[in-house]
Amino acid sequence: MSRSSIRFWIGATLFLVAAALMTQVVRNEYPFFAGYVILQFIVLAVAWSILGGYAGYVNFGTSAFFGVGVYTAVFLFKATGAPLVVQIAAAAIVGALLGFAVGLVTLRMQGIYFSIATIAMTIIIETTVTNWRYVGGAAGIQLQRPPVMPPFDTYVQMLFFVQALLVVLAIATARYMQISWMGRGLQALKDDELAAECTGVPTLRLKVLACVISGALMCAAGAPAAMYLQYADPSSAFNLNYSVSVLAMSLIGGTAHWIGPVLGAILLGTTQQLLTVTISSEVNVLVLGMMLVLFVVGAPEGLIGLFRRLGRIRTGGKA
Amino acid sequence: MTERAQTGQRCLRKAQGGPQLFSMDLLLDAVVSGVLLGCFYAAVSLGLSVSFGLLDVPHVAHPAFLVLASYGVFFLNDSFDIDPLLAGLLITPLLFLFGLAAYRLYYETFEKRGSDAGVRGIAFFFGIAFIIEVLIIMQFGVDQRSVTTSYSGKAWQIGEMRIPLRMLVAFAVASAMTILLTLYLSRTFMGRAIRAVAQDQEALRLMGANPVWIKQWAFGIATAVLGIAGALLIIVAPVDPILDRAYIGRTFCVVVMAGLGSMTGTLIAAVILGVAESIVLTLFGASWAPAISFAMLLGVLAVRPQGLFGRRS
Repeated sequence: MSRSSIRFWIGATLFLVAAALMTQVVRNEYPFFAGYVILQFIVLAVAWSILGGYAGYVNFGTSAFFGVGVYTAVFLFKATGAPLVVQIAAAAIVGALLGFAVGLVTLRMQGIYFSIATIAMTIIIETTVTNWRYVGGAAGIQLQRPPVMPPFDTYVQMLFFVQALLVVLAIATARYMQISWMGRGLQALKDDELAAECTGVPTLRLKVLACVISGALMCAAGAPAAMYLQYADPSSAFNLNYSVSVLAMSLIGGTAHWIGPVLGAILLGTTQQLLTVTISSEVNVLVLGMMLVLFVVGAPEGLIGLFRRLGRIRTGGKA
Repeated sequence: MTERAQTGQRCLRKAQGGPQLFSMDLLLDAVVSGVLLGCFYAAVSLGLSVSFGLLDVPHVAHPAFLVLASYGVFFLNDSFDIDPLLAGLLITPLLFLFGLAAYRLYYETFEKRGSDAGVRGIAFFFGIAFIIEVLIIMQFGVDQRSVTTSYSGKAWQIGEMRIPLRMLVAFAVASAMTILLTLYLSRTFMGRAIRAVAQDQEALRLMGANPVWIKQWAFGIATAVLGIAGALLIIVAPVDPILDRAYIGRTFCVVVMAGLGSMTGTLIAAVILGVAESIVLTLFGASWAPAISFAMLLGVLAVRPQGLFGRRS
């Protein structure tokens, strides 16, 4: 194991220990409510950047994967009363299959066509769920949380810790993909798909693999949301806001490194939580739109790019 | 729940004897209203056919511009009692300027810098669309808005069929718009220049023309036609601030199916979409309607990405 890997795993362990301690020490419920959402966005943004950042395929179907995760959990819970772990695992499998399907359908599509196709997929799945009576149809469905497992006091605390685990899983996966041959392959694919194919990079296989992994992580992140809200309805589970938020987080953070989406999700997620609580959810969307435009126009490489530029200035433009 | 009531009715009709469901009358009705609806879809897609079809700008904010134009029409109609179509004409110059500015911003920030413009361009336009949505909500609220005209509630009765007059107005205006835009692109100097810039920018530059200015002009035209299109949108049905999300599917479906940049193709593709939506609406109920355009779009993209009447690139 290299030194950076050791440092990474020490950091991840510290993070999990901190999250676990927090559930034991903090009595106020609100930090967990807000923290859960931010952690969820970290998973989504990191998962998004596997396909969107490394491979350069802009996926607008985040809400499709998220919603499918939510409804996999809803269906399993209603049909069998399956525990949370099973719900998440099943959602990951469904997400992987959906990602595989998306990869196959969009094999020949690039650029904006890929993006539009993923929006199309979102609406088609949303419409199907809307017409599916068993899981509540358009009106939505109420869910009763099962009793919480020790050592947690409340269900939200448990969900918070579970989402923290998913964050570590997502970042570890993204990090592995980034530093392995797959990351270099995806990078080549992003720069020039034809040239990559000619030099022996298995572009199709890599692209589908990125779709599968990214989809599985997104669906897994969505699964606990059903129990978090104790309610699910198609128009909010498949809301386009998820897609655009996650896209904005990744672009704001920068997509060249796994830390980018994490930074973006923490920054934008926290801002959104504060704005929603203090002002209104409309202003929240307005700020989202403005930050997206500002960063895309002013800082194309995101926060990572800004930091690098700062570092370069400090070292006298040599690095 | 109206949707539930509809399904109930459908089951009832099925129970009374299946074949009646597919009666010729009903089908004819669906086809006629589908054709009218399709022409309306053509009207709202023409601008995108220029901006995305000819100029390759990933203009996902097109439907948001459209809804914005509708609210402009609503404002003029509501406060000064101006006929919506006239109001649409009145805001057309404003929209043209707005389009010029929008393209200039897009060009300076993306096209000029070259690579990666597609990816961040889409994000850029999505951001713009979100900003427009929220500004409309802050100004007009989230409620549905509509206009009343002399022809709002009236309808033509032909035999069993009842055609709402507002759809006929939309049909006539949309057809006129398509013809005018086709003539503009094929007969006028500027129109030909726009088509030329879509074919070969470099050649145009060598002939001493400024491709950026021509594209900016074209984007202005693409935004200007939204004045009338927005008027039609609010005449045909009430609008709400996030209506643009439904029209992303419809407009892009029409433009991609048409094959990029073909105006006649746009009209034909829009009619195909209108008829398909109308038939599905009659057979399966309104709750399936949103998926039709997206499903057709996905199908076209997967099977025939160059569109039905498209130029091969």
